Amino acid sequence: MLAFLARRLAQVLPTLAVVSVIVFSLQLLLPGDPALVLAGEDRDPKVLAEIRERYGLDQPVHVQYARWVWGVLHGDLGESMRVGVPVGELVMSKLPVTLQLGSMAFVIACAIGIPAGVLSAVKKDSVWDYLANALSLWGLSTPNFWLGIMLILLVSVQLGWLPPSGYVSPFEDWRQSLATTIMPAFVLGNSIAAVLMRHTRAAMLQALNQDYVRTARAKGLTEAVVVNKHALRNALVPVVTLGALELGALFSGAVLTEQVFTIPGFGKLVVDAVFNRDYLVVQGVVLVTATAYVMLNLLADVAYFLINPRLRQE
Amino acid sequence: MRMKRTLMAGLAALALAAGAAHAQTTLRIGLAEDPDALDPTFARTFVGRIVFAGLCDKLFDIDKDLKIVPQLATGYEWSDGGKVLTIKLRPNVLFHDGEKMDAEAVRFSLDRHLNSPRSGRRAEISVIKTIEVVDPLTVKLTLSTAFAPLIAQFTDRAGMMVSPKAATAAGDQFAQKPVCAGPFKFVERVAQDRIVLEKFPQYWNAANVHFDRVIYRPISDSSVRLANLKAGALDMIERMLATDVPASKKDAKLVVVPVKELGYQGITFNLGNGEKAKAPIGADPRVREAFELAIDRNVINQVVYNGEYTPTVQAVPPSSPYHNKNLKVPGRDVAKAKALLAAAGQKNPVVNLTVPNSPDLRQVAEILQSMTKEAGFDLRINVMEFASSLNAAERGDFEAYILAWSGRPDPDGNLYVFITKNGPQNYGKYFNADVDKMMDEQRAVADMTQRQALLGKIMETTHKDLPILYLWHRTNFMAHTTKLTGFQPVPDAMIRLQGMKLAAN
Repeated sequence: MLAFLARRLAQVLPTLAVVSVIVFSLQLLLPGDPALVLAGEDRDPKVLAEIRERYGLDQPVHVQYARWVWGVLHGDLGESMRVGVPVGELVMSKLPVTLQLGSMAFVIACAIGIPAGVLSAVKKDSVWDYLANALSLWGLSTPNFWLGIMLILLVSVQLGWLPPSGYVSPFEDWRQSLATTIMPAFVLGNSIAAVLMRHTRAAMLQALNQDYVRTARAKGLTEAVVVNKHALRNALVPVVTLGALELGALFSGAVLTEQVFTIPGFGKLVVDAVFNRDYLVVQGVVLVTATAYVMLNLLADVAYFLINPRLRQE
Repeated sequence: MRMKRTLMAGLAALALAAGAAHAQTTLRIGLAEDPDALDPTFARTFVGRIVFAGLCDKLFDIDKDLKIVPQLATGYEWSDGGKVLTIKLRPNVLFHDGEKMDAEAVRFSLDRHLNSPRSGRRAEISVIKTIEVVDPLTVKLTLSTAFAPLIAQFTDRAGMMVSPKAATAAGDQFAQKPVCAGPFKFVERVAQDRIVLEKFPQYWNAANVHFDRVIYRPISDSSVRLANLKAGALDMIERMLATDVPASKKDAKLVVVPVKELGYQGITFNLGNGEKAKAPIGADPRVREAFELAIDRNVINQVVYNGEYTPTVQAVPPSSPYHNKNLKVPGRDVAKAKALLAAAGQKNPVVNLTVPNSPDLRQVAEILQSMTKEAGFDLRINVMEFASSLNAAERGDFEAYILAWSGRPDPDGNLYVFITKNGPQNYGKYFNADVDKMMDEQRAVADMTQRQALLGKIMETTHKDLPILYLWHRTNFMAHTTKLTGFQPVPDAMIRLQGMKLAAN
């Protein structure tokens, strides 16, 4: 076990090194001089030179990279060039917001997608099936930002039921927090619900054709028990795997949804930083995200190792 | 049915909870962007100035007619041929930390503007040689050369005073907790979400302040910003799209306030910056004149901006006393344009136009393309992301470039850096010795009539040389709910909170 962990960790380190190079190169690929954007409208050459000096933009690329990595290794992601706040602080304050939004969206996606998938498989070729299919097609083909704006216009402007934007932490006021996040979470969960519905339907159809289901029916079990206890449980295995994969899509979807609903989360942080050429923030956010993915992969490998005895023998 | 009812009840409860949290005298303003550092010495964005209008008073202010009016100062006097400026300060003014706003604080703040590395203010007031405290309410500034626009600089961030005690203690981190002498004091800032200010009871003009709190919320999407206003989640928004104006004007719950800007939008031509200056449009003023005659600013204004902008041929807007009334926008004259091109030996000149990537400017470029085609021009549109287009302009990698300037109260701010030989924003490297001489002269003249004459002549010359083809002065559309009253539009498009009132819900 220890040898396995050591081996995997040894693989993670070069991956992270490569990630850091890619993340750093990304800001070089961004067109436009960050100092010029930061200097605002006046663009006084002397001030431009001072800005370049302050943020090391006048240094050769490898020196800039070395400085940044040195800082990162010491837990310092630098500071936002636009607002002067440490990047680490910004990241830590935005992360919980996106996690809340993402979890809510995921719950909504499961609550819609899985029952709809089961229903359309069980009632295959019925009105319910067509309806669920039509809904999933709609969910897959509706862009987040469009649905977001339409919902704001309908629910907030016309009906006045929910606040159109903003965010309140659940620790401050959980009701207000729910009111501000339910609409963006629905928008975000919508497209994932469609994907989950399609896969649940396929998996259920396959499961319902299996011999054990026929046996269960032959035993005289009620249809509800056959569907819920025998077919669904087996059909859910691939759906759960897919659901976990879709979590990634959830976070990329959060980028647009947070813009539309003005939720101050991770996605909005990175979009604003890209537009303002606040490159230390962009680097910090991308590095933290990439590291999280790498670490989650590592954890998944460890979990497989613990669960699957065959891996242990190799 | 029962489920539907439960859902409705749930939503209604959420709405109630949402409504309850806003039921106080809080003014909520939607901004088009998240401001940069909230420190008057380093701040560089237009949107940041809107927040400063609530947070930091200035030595002077401008009114709706662009007249200079006192704020933290009560008056000023020029002496020694315009080289010495004596400023009298308002007595009994306090900073938000209770410190006195006196001559010493002014000396400290101006010194900070002048000597902090990366200061955005240095270039604006670099003419100040010494700052002397005469008595607690009098400051004497000695300038290296006479510079009439200095007073106008003090109506913006250069005139904002900060508490010396707080600024010294906070050092680099002052922007995280700014301490000024404005009507509202800083409470908190959550990046990309909100900036909260609360009423400062000891404000010198407190009787004119009618809110307990102000919350500025950056919402970058203009449709979403407007939707928030309509839904009652905001009381006021800035920078509405011109295309949203007609529908919003019809909305009985909204008031749309057009504010004519201090700046302009124009096409900068490359006359002398590298190889690209050799293109026909840069090399021959007749080609530029033909280009101007081939276009119709009014039509473009009607099509793209619903006729809400003000077509122009000069850098100074009609609201300014320095606007040259003799300069008229020429009508479209394709025949004359063709004749000019023939005279220049350029029947079908190619013009590469760099256009920052925004939907309205792309549309403007396309109309320009079809209009100038009739005169024989081959206009090629090069759409570029804004930051990259600026880089290209600095390098001289452009022939013609659509660029805007937000404008300054004093005309010098709209001209000097763009049209003088060493002006940092003279991207096309235009040079006319007469213009340079007159630009320096007008800076030294304090008398308005004399300055008007000089500036008028400068603008007539630049209209002949056409280093910049001025297109129009834009309009900033602000909108607020009918519950809000007392908003006074001033051409700088700032939101001055003094005098504004919010009716109870």
